[in-house]
Amino acid sequence: MTGTLKAYAVRLFPQVAALAIILFMVSLAFPGFFKLSFQNDRLYGSLIDILNRGAPVALLAIGMTVVIATKGIDLSVGAVMAICGAVAAASITAGHSLAFTLLVTISTGILCGLWNGVLVAVLDIQPIIATLVLMVAGRGIAQLITEGAILTFNHPGLIFIGSGSLFGLPMPVIIWLGFGLIVALLVRRTALGMLIEAVGVNRRASRLSGVSTGVLLIAAYILSGLCAALAGIIAAADIRGADANNAGLWLELDAILAVVVGGTSLLGGRFSIAASLLGAMIIQSINTGILLSGFPPEFNLIIKAAIIVLILVIQSPRAQSAFIWMSRVRAAEPKKEQEAK
Amino acid sequence: MQSVSSYVLSATGIDKIFPGARALNGVDFSLARGEVHALLGENGAGKSTLIKCLTGAYRRDGGRILLDGTEVDPHNTLEAQKLGIGTVYQEVNLLANLTVAENLFLGRQPRRFGLVDARAMNKQARALLSQYDLDIDVTAELSSFSVAVQQVIAIARAVDLSGKVLILDEPTASLDTHEVAMLFRIVRRLKDRGLGIIFITHFLEQVYDISDRITVLRNGQLVGTRDTAALPRRELIAMMLGRELVHEVSEAKQSEAKAPGAARFRFRGFGRKGHIQPFDLDVASGEVVGIAGLLGSGRTETAEILFGAERADSGTAEVDGRPLDLSSPRAAIREKFGFCPEDRKVDGIVGDLSVRENIVLALQARRGWARPISRSEQDRLADHYIKALDIRTSDREKPIRLLSGGNQQKAILARWLATNPEFLILDEPTRGIDVGAHAEIIRLIETLCEKGMSLIVISSELEELVAYSSRVLVLRDRAHVAELTGEEVTTNAIVEAIASAHEGRPS
Ligand SMILES: Nc1ncnc2c1ncn2[C@@H]1O[C@H](COP(=O)(O)OP(=O)(O)OP(=O)(O)O)[C@@H](O)[C@H]1O
Ligand SMILES: [Mg+2]
Repeated sequence: MTGTLKAYAVRLFPQVAALAIILFMVSLAFPGFFKLSFQNDRLYGSLIDILNRGAPVALLAIGMTVVIATKGIDLSVGAVMAICGAVAAASITAGHSLAFTLLVTISTGILCGLWNGVLVAVLDIQPIIATLVLMVAGRGIAQLITEGAILTFNHPGLIFIGSGSLFGLPMPVIIWLGFGLIVALLVRRTALGMLIEAVGVNRRASRLSGVSTGVLLIAAYILSGLCAALAGIIAAADIRGADANNAGLWLELDAILAVVVGGTSLLGGRFSIAASLLGAMIIQSINTGILLSGFPPEFNLIIKAAIIVLILVIQSPRAQSAFIWMSRVRAAEPKKEQEAK
Repeated sequence: MQSVSSYVLSATGIDKIFPGARALNGVDFSLARGEVHALLGENGAGKSTLIKCLTGAYRRDGGRILLDGTEVDPHNTLEAQKLGIGTVYQEVNLLANLTVAENLFLGRQPRRFGLVDARAMNKQARALLSQYDLDIDVTAELSSFSVAVQQVIAIARAVDLSGKVLILDEPTASLDTHEVAMLFRIVRRLKDRGLGIIFITHFLEQVYDISDRITVLRNGQLVGTRDTAALPRRELIAMMLGRELVHEVSEAKQSEAKAPGAARFRFRGFGRKGHIQPFDLDVASGEVVGIAGLLGSGRTETAEILFGAERADSGTAEVDGRPLDLSSPRAAIREKFGFCPEDRKVDGIVGDLSVRENIVLALQARRGWARPISRSEQDRLADHYIKALDIRTSDREKPIRLLSGGNQQKAILARWLATNPEFLILDEPTRGIDVGAHAEIIRLIETLCEKGMSLIVISSELEELVAYSSRVLVLRDRAHVAELTGEEVTTNAIVEAIASAHEGRPS
């Protein structure tokens, strides 16, 4: 048990360290950054804000991690968010109950995932192309549903999902933390995690070993669609309306970035949901931090890019082997469990 | 002893340390002009690592390399090629989605007006391959050819590149006798031209056939270098293993040919269009049926269709009179089938996963994702097979791609043994496996039989087939053309059947 704990600590160390450094730097530029206050049964503060604002990317990153672990990619998640937001808004304004609305919206996300999964697993289309189809078509579909306008609603139940709070935390935070935990437990307490990694590393060998590669691939894309549906509901509930043009725009890229910053390779295989969630928080901390430190907005993207490049360089195999080499020179004793390439 | 100046390549004190494993420890190696030098040792002894250090594929941690008396230090394989060292690595490392011709001339394509002259390149490629009796479409993608053909292409490329030194790491593992003979003709020709040739193999006959000197490694240490002519086989094996080997495979033939019991698995008219012609096959419990034939004769295709990797489009399959579902590997595994594939890199190992995960993979897949094998049980299984098959690894959590070729092969075998199959198909099970382990695996096959498992073994090593098969099927041109039983199962009879099969079934 302590062994696995230690393995976790080693795995998550770069992400935790990066997050801590970024938060520390922001706090230098913006005193009072770490301050939390408790009002109206809910915590407030910049840190809570990061957790809350980062919810859509965090949710997308959960599904994206699993898809990337299978050596795939899902470019459609931003568009699926828009579709699902539109479906939720349309359903609730048509007078349906909240439960029905959530059910329809989540089913829509699952259906979108199924579509991607079938293209990839059954028709054997390259994931980047297969999901591009829905990425392009998705916003059109969303516009058809909202009939080109921003579809607003004021159903208190649906709005609660975007801005309510539970146990002192904003609802979106509860949702992504809870869902992340469920998925992480699901893949690691069952054999799913290992089988997904096997498919990602060598699909042919996995199939010949009896792994149901097709089912696993489809399930991965369905999970990604489901995550996009949850993110879409939160995004719509937050602005109390469905904006087919802007909901989830470019978020697929942030989600992929979160996974990469989390250290999961785009070549598939080994993955960590916790690390991707940390990656999502790193990205959100950069966004919030730049905003808070009062840099002119035109710098935002450049600073963000620079920080991400830095994180990726630190994680790159070359840098890793340099670290290993240095530590070996110091210890003059080869270390275990580290790969040199 | 040759004088120093006659060495084209000499390496002294080569060290290589991997995290957790010392692969080479001060190894000296020298190669004379015009000699074939066999580099031998057990699986994981460090042979591949040594040549990778020589060609710059790995950075060495110590030692000097002299080429023609001047010190060289190739940083990558390209530099080594420029120095005149051509290499065929153990795992074919050509580019699967380029054409054959592009692979042969990668990085040195003939040009015309600055552009690649595809016509000239294809023509040269055909000329090059014709030396190897290989008449194939050089504009087809490399991946459309079998491992063996790819191996020949890799050899052709390396031979063409080698100005001074040619290194062949287990080049004959997937070749049949005919192709080996051809390769040796070419090697002798290069040798006469004064090249130095390093040859790694586990086939001792080939060592005695072609090599002038032998260097043996054990556990990353140099055991010694001897003249082949002055080193008897027994002594060589003892040098490699550090102990005497009681039985070698060729001596292992059981005298009493067991009378096979009633057929348990029955295949009738089983086949698939364009793949393998319909065939009949009966396998009794505890019986080993060997499959022989030249490359491309349909051996692997037979295995694939029996295992559901390719779905049969004609015929029936039964066990104990009950129809078998062999529609996919998953279905076949549910029927307690197992299949050790020929191409371990593509079809076998899951490289980034650990040795433990690779061993439990098939068992876990059969149990389904919802019933995970507990970690302690996984550890127990992995440790059991690492010990039973003597898989050399620093620990069970090492990614399998870091194991030596032969040890990867053993781990894949362990994956199937862990599922406790009733019908096991082994496609070239001893490929790349050292003499010691070879004998172990043959013994293992015999114990499995005694326990009542039915086995299909495909092998290019006829002595081996003869040693344990009660029947041998001979394939040719994707059809089953002959079946030898009991007394008929001899090496000569198989060779004859392969050669004469087109004249009809030998009686
Ligand atoms: N990249 C690597 N990282 C860690 N260990 C390695 C790596 N490559 C090889 N090894 C280890 O070094 C040892 C020597 O391996 P090598 O491939 O040289 O063996 P070999 O003599 O070629 O064996 P075989 O006959 O099975 O091909 C093995 O124990 C292997 O596990
Ligand atoms: Mg080797």
